[in-house]
Formats: sequence, structure tokens, C-alpha cells
Amino acid sequence: MNELQTILAETCTRLFTDHVTTAVLEGAEKGQWPAALWQALEENGLTLPQVPEARGGAGGSWNDAFVVLMASGRFAAPVPLAETMLAGSILAEAGLDAPLGPMAVAPVHLPAHPDEGVTLARQGGGFALSGRATRVPWGARADHVVVVADAGSGPMIALVAAGGAKIEADASLAREPRDTLTWSGAPVAAAAPLRGRLGRHPTWAGGALVRSAQMAGGLEFLLAQSVKYVTERKQFGRPLAAFQAIQQNLALLAGHTASAAMAAQQAFHVVERTGEGGDASFEIAVAKVRTGEAAGLGAGIAHQAHGAIGFTYEHSLHFVTRRLWSWRAEFGAESHWSVALGREVAARGGEALWPHMTSR
Amino acid sequence: MATFNFELSTLPPEAEALRDEVRTFLKQELAQYRPADRARSWGGFNRDFSRRMGERGWIGMTWPKKYGGHERTALERYVVLEETLAAGAPVSAHWVADRQSGPLLLRFGTEEQRQRFLPRIARGELAFAIGMSEPDSGSDLASIRTRAEKVDGGYKVNGTKIWTSNAHLSDYAIALFRTKVVPDKKHEGLSQFLVDLKSPGISIRPIIDLAGGHHFNEVHFQDCLVPDDMLVGKDGEGWKQVTTELGFERSGPERYLSSLQLVIELIREAGKEPGERAAALIGHFTAHLVTLRQMSLSIATMLQAGQNPNLEAAVVKDIGTTFEQEIPEAVHALTGAEPRIGSGTEFEKTLGYLVQHAPSFSLRGGTREVLRGIIARGLGLR
Repeated sequence: MNELQTILAETCTRLFTDHVTTAVLEGAEKGQWPAALWQALEENGLTLPQVPEARGGAGGSWNDAFVVLMASGRFAAPVPLAETMLAGSILAEAGLDAPLGPMAVAPVHLPAHPDEGVTLARQGGGFALSGRATRVPWGARADHVVVVADAGSGPMIALVAAGGAKIEADASLAREPRDTLTWSGAPVAAAAPLRGRLGRHPTWAGGALVRSAQMAGGLEFLLAQSVKYVTERKQFGRPLAAFQAIQQNLALLAGHTASAAMAAQQAFHVVERTGEGGDASFEIAVAKVRTGEAAGLGAGIAHQAHGAIGFTYEHSLHFVTRRLWSWRAEFGAESHWSVALGREVAARGGEALWPHMTSR
Repeated sequence: MATFNFELSTLPPEAEALRDEVRTFLKQELAQYRPADRARSWGGFNRDFSRRMGERGWIGMTWPKKYGGHERTALERYVVLEETLAAGAPVSAHWVADRQSGPLLLRFGTEEQRQRFLPRIARGELAFAIGMSEPDSGSDLASIRTRAEKVDGGYKVNGTKIWTSNAHLSDYAIALFRTKVVPDKKHEGLSQFLVDLKSPGISIRPIIDLAGGHHFNEVHFQDCLVPDDMLVGKDGEGWKQVTTELGFERSGPERYLSSLQLVIELIREAGKEPGERAAALIGHFTAHLVTLRQMSLSIATMLQAGQNPNLEAAVVKDIGTTFEQEIPEAVHALTGAEPRIGSGTEFEKTLGYLVQHAPSFSLRGGTREVLRGIIARGLGLR
């Protein structure tokens, strides 16, 4: 991290410490919108860190976005921060301005998902959107949704305001909104042909990218929380930390935590470095596989270290572990990305693996 | 709680520029190597190869020129190292000295020792072994008992070292002996020595490993005289020195590449259009390889910056060796191929070699349990 990113990380930590309290987390699970948190994020320019200033963002880099998303994952911030960041980028790369307020992205599955498909049709001087997207994170809560839609002539990016869709509300394990949106000729606020560094499926690949950073952050929380707990909790007359079995498990958790952060950070770095038309799909796949694996293993170790108290709603561990279990399955689980990655590597041949790894 | 400091790093152009040169050299050198030979990697001992590495200036790369070094950066060295290991080159005849013994002499050796040994190491002419473990002292290294008793002109050594890799092929060892018995303070009274393995009073007995290979030895010292000028560093400072030395050993990129040849052979076996299960496993391996390489590179960058990444190195070694070990297991689970020796396809023989050698990956240079203890200390748990 450079000096600015260190300052950015400190700002995030301070802001989330102030605003993501247990009461806020519990309230969010009952459907309360943490308005003060969101307002603080917007006022500090943290919702669109990597979006150019001319497009409504803070004019930073994807590396800055990584720092903010790691922090949001560490605190389980119950707002569509990752989704807004991603939506803003997709808009900006297509030459569109990002509006204020929380945004969602759709569709969240690869094309050809049987229940889905969104199309754009000319209507007067603009476009109208029709179709359906399922499991849209924060879909009902966002002020706008950024949609990749088939316009007949090719894929386009469309920005639609909330209220234009019929909503079937649902939730993730962490009680975050995961809604089905159905549009029937909804008016589009802005539209442009799809382009940009996240490739042909930017909601999918970009979703995997942002989730990898959130998971890396979540793991950092699990490690810190577990270290704190085993240091304080005593059994058999000594702290749990004094037991080798506990030490060995937490050391392993530390390894997975560090690996997840490295994999995610590298993916953001390559996305930043890759200009429009570049391809960071290799590193995104690596990041989603590695962080997803670490999330499952890490949640298991953290819960084991916490014993029964960590399994209660009263204890705060689950705000992160339930998110990790959701996030690793969203925008392609390890199974999806490892197959994609394996096919790409196999197509190049075994001899090309090392040269390819070292040429990135 | 200490946080692990893995910064994202990229190699500077002068380091990257070396890569093609190293690859071309290795392609020629290893033209006759089959995949199962490459799987031996740092098990391979070949003095001719080491001399040619020395001729290229790829041993002692970061050392001062006045000691035969080449004053190149830690990142240039990193490129040579990772390419050599990824290719499965037989590095043993120079590897220990390049990585451990040489840096130890640079740090703690006398001027005379540096001038006498370092240039020959850098030329790839001197092979080193390491005398640490003893029959009753493995992970508990500080409990060693081999005595070096001060006598006229030097030290008289009596005792036994064990698991001494390549002692039968090497010229020298750097060994840890007890020069003074301090009751209840086992970390005190230890000292390090340069030992000429051809000295009278030393007998070397082979220990054959489970695969039938001879790397390990038991080295017996009976009234063996080690001259005064072979003491490394200060008498009694051995523990501090040896932990520094282990830090050198643990911080390299070699801790995740031992099973790379099997990944390559699996990809070959699976073909250009693998089935879903094979693709998933190849993808899983790739994700880990890429991440571990980035972490290793991060450590090399910290070393270049003069930092001390011991904790991060322990993390990479723990995660890396677990990964190396997982590879033959996962390949077995996927393919059910019989691990073979002698006959069989290159894939089966590579599997055969690695299935048998994988247990050693999390033992050599500090067991998994010891490493996790180091990490736990870094976390503030002990």
C-alpha cells in the first residue's frame, strides 16, 4: 500500500468503527437502511473510489477500491458498497455518468441462465428495458440498477431508476437483499454500448472481483476476532491461546487469510493495470477460487476456536461468517471459476503454465 | 496482533530481463531430463551443473564482488531461483551453500573465512551440508549434545549428527556443536563450525530413505579436531546464528514448487479439453500456484528492501508445503493412477516419486508444527 492507501484504510476503519455497530447490523437484518453509514461513505468519496471524477467518482484506482472493499468486508458493512462501486465503474467505462446513491448490478449470472434475460428496445428517443434478473444483491434497495442488456445489435449498458421493476424480495444467508427484478418496458435513464476492462460479462466478472476483496476482509476479521477470543477466554486455568491445538489452527487461519488478501489484491492490481479491452479474467478467477476456499476453511476454524458462544446470534462472529458463506457462492463459486481457469490453462498446455504465470 | 505484511510486488526490468537467459540455459542443460527426473528438483546433486551455474554468475548473486559474488539484487536472484526450481534442475550441489552457508559466512564469518570459501562457492565448486539435527534432537534443536571441547589449536568434537543431506557428497558442513554445558540453559553454550568432511575422526554412514534413495546420512565425530579458524562467529553465539540461518532457509520460493512437475503432467494427461473434474482440479492448483508465487515474490521484495520477513516466510512455507503435499493426493483422488517406479508413463512415475517424497515436504527445514508455532508467536498467542 502506498501512503495514500494507508490513509484511506485508516479513514475506512474509523468510519466503519463508528457506523457499523451491532445495532446497525441487527437493524439491517430486519430491513432497516443504515442511512448514516451510507451518507458517511458518500461524503468521504468511498462509494466510487476508482471512478473518474468526471464521471462522478473520486478519481482513484482499483487498488483504492480494494482497500475500501477489504475494510467493508472486515466490518460486514450492510450496504451495497461493492455493488455501487462496480456499477459506477461499468457505467464510467461505457462513457456514462454515475448517479448518487446506492446502485445494484444485474444480471448476476452468466448469460443463458434459464430464468433470465434482459433486452433493450428503442422507445422514442431512448430505450426501454424488459426482462428478468434473479438474486440481484440489494436490487430492491438500490436507487438505480446497472444492467447489461441485449439490444439486438449487441450488448449495452443501461441505467434504470428504482421503481421501474416489479420486485420479488428475497435475502441471502446474512439477510442482505437478494431480489428478483422484472422489467416490462421500463424507461432507461442512460444507455451505451458495452465496453471496458471487465470484459463481455462485467457484472459477472466484476462481481467475482469485488466479492474476493470482501471475503479477504472478512477473513481478516475472523483472524483478529479469533486471536482476541482465545487470548481472553480461559479454560483449564489458562487462556485457550496457550493450547498448541488452538495455536496451530489459528496459524493456519492466518495463512489462509494472508493468501486470500494476496490473491484479491493481485486481481485488483491487474484490473487497474489492464486498460480498456485488456483481460484480467485469469487473476479474477484465481482470486475468486482462492478467497472462496479460504472463506470456507477460515469460517470453520474461527467457529471452532470460538466454541458454542460463536454459534449464538448474540455473538457477532456470524455477521461475517454468514456473509462469507454467501459471497463465496455468488458470481460463480470456486467450482465455476476453477473449471473455467482449468480449461483455460489446459488449452494452453502444461508446458505453458509456468511461462504464463510469470508473464502476468 | 501482528499483521502479515504481504505487499503486492512486481519485478523490476533488470530482474525480468534475466528470465529468458535462464530459461535458455536450463532448456539446454535439462534437455535429457524426463518429467520424473525433474520432479527430483532440489533432490538432484550434479557438480557439473552447479559449476556451469557458477560460470553464469548465478551462485552468490547478491554477494560482494570481492568475495566472488556479483552484487546483483535479491530480485534478480529470485528470478534465477524460481526458474531453476520450476524447471526441476538438480541444484543440490550449490543450493545449500548459496542459500544458507554462504550468507551465514557473510554475516558471521571471519574475513579469512569469507575469502577462503565464498569465491569457491560462487564458482559452484564447493558443496555444503548442514549439521544440525541429532539422534535425540530434531525439532528441539537447542537440546543438541555433540560436544566441541576446547583444546590446543582448536576444538575436539565428539557426537553424532543425523539427517545430514548429501554429507557423503559434500566438501564441508556448517555444524552446530555444544562448546559449553550451561545447566538449565540449553540455548547457551552453542557454537557453529565449518567442518571439512574429509577430516580424520569423521565417519559418514548412509541412511536410506523410504523410496530407496540415499540423501540422508549419519555423521559420526570421534575426537575430530576442528581448527580454531573454523569457528563461525562467536563461541557461544550459536543459537542466535543458527536461527538467522534457518531464516535464510525458510524465506525462499522453493516452498511451493516441489510438485509442479505433477501439475504439468496432469495437464498433459488431461489434454487440451479436459473433463469438468480434471479442469476444476487444474484450476484449483493454478489458483494456489499463482497466489503462492505472488507471496514468495513479496518476500523477495522485502528481503531486497532489507526487511526481515521471517513471519511471512513461515506463512508461505506452511501454506506452500501443505499445497505441495496436497497435489499428489488430489491427483490420486482424481485419476486413481497407480504411482509407479521404473516402468510406467512419465505421469505415473512423477506421481510415484512425489507420493513417496511428499511426507518430507513438511518436515525439512522445520516441521509444519514448528512453523505454525512461529506463526502463532507472531500472532501473539505465545
